[in-house]
Amino acid sequence: MIGIIDYGLGNLTSVKNALDKIGAPNFISGEVSQLKKSSGLILPGVGAAGAGMKNLKAKKLDIFLTQEIKNGKPFFGICLGMQLLFDFSEEDNTKSLGIIPGKVKKFTGKLKVPQMGWNNVEITNPESKIMRGIKNNSYFYFVNSYYCVPEEKEIIAGTTDYGGKFCSVFEKDNICATQFHSEKSGDTGLQLLENFVKGCK
Amino acid sequence: MLAKRIIPCLDVNQGRVVKGVNFVNLVDAGDPVALAKFYNSEGADELVFLDITASSDNRKIMLDVVKLIAKEIFIPFTVGGGINNIEQIREIILAGAEKVSLNTAAVKDPEFITKATSDFGSQCIVIAIDAKKTGSSWNVFIKGGREDTGLDAFKWAKQVAELGAGEILLTSMDKDGTKSGFDVELTRKVSEAINIPVIASGGAGKLEDFAQVLTRGKADAALAASLFHFGELKISDLKEYLAKNNIEIRN
Repeated sequence: MIGIIDYGLGNLTSVKNALDKIGAPNFISGEVSQLKKSSGLILPGVGAAGAGMKNLKAKKLDIFLTQEIKNGKPFFGICLGMQLLFDFSEEDNTKSLGIIPGKVKKFTGKLKVPQMGWNNVEITNPESKIMRGIKNNSYFYFVNSYYCVPEEKEIIAGTTDYGGKFCSVFEKDNICATQFHSEKSGDTGLQLLENFVKGCK
Repeated sequence: MLAKRIIPCLDVNQGRVVKGVNFVNLVDAGDPVALAKFYNSEGADELVFLDITASSDNRKIMLDVVKLIAKEIFIPFTVGGGINNIEQIREIILAGAEKVSLNTAAVKDPEFITKATSDFGSQCIVIAIDAKKTGSSWNVFIKGGREDTGLDAFKWAKQVAELGAGEILLTSMDKDGTKSGFDVELTRKVSEAINIPVIASGGAGKLEDFAQVLTRGKADAALAASLFHFGELKISDLKEYLAKNNIEIRN
């Protein structure tokens, strides 16, 4: 069973609907005792980094997540759920989970912010498990004002161009994360979720 | 590159799609879920559902429709029509929509925009602006285009962007229903005035109109209703045309 982490932010329903569609058993919970029983965890999230960390801490999910990830449980972070894995976010100057070295920066320059809509992902790691079976430069649905800058460049599995290339997919051991919303990216997005689910068995 | 979006708009009343739907041979013409599926398979980048009567009874039916669509369609969709409080937004989002579109309530109480964006995030709040040329400028109309607020459309667009709105759905009332093309000048001026995406609406009649508003009009997305419903123009053909004209489109 995939555990969808409820920390009071984001559209959990759409992640659940997408998992239901691909026939992956799942549940939504914000309780450590429940989430512990999952075979894989998804941290979704739409919203601000400050509120996100505050809510995770309030339920002690920050400690739980760090431990579970260390223990090797398959983990998938979506959008804010990706950004919170890093050391620091410029959004609300937030000290985040610190599981992935690097930081989260705001888009600058003459760009419309948030980036909203479909953008393509160049697969930079052809061995990527999460992008398996997905065509290079496929479109995914993005809604973000901030983007991740990992220190370990080798973990980057896909990049996207919005006023410059940024890391839109990374994969490191049992952790994977995407800046875009797979659950709202049509059939391609469902394929990616299936790839994650396969790794959870 | 971020792709330009093509968005069909469906008017829903009592849980049924109304107004000029001519898909009888393809799908149940009035079933919003069937239509959503059809547009999804045609390559629509998003969907907009407008609850056209927006009575309290209707709202409950609309929520059920949203739930059904969210289980079947994995592209973003927006719900609008008569939304005037935070609880309504919460219900719609929990039912599975990504965004809500606000119009009259936002004009009457601009602080509602701030409240809504701080609760749900900017990405969730679309402000619909119905604009009509009045002399040399454009005025904002509310209540389904029945009431002139006297507000200048550009000033209002700037204000809602500052208040945190994530996107503007800009309808030209002069062009709406004419099929004579989008109001390129209005769209360009609004798009240049603000730093959030603009969805152009009103006036789509042929392939070239979309290309115009997405290039010269600087729109980020283009919306149409009857043109798609009557099958006069297929989204798949439109996207092929735009791609051939070097407009970035999701294929």
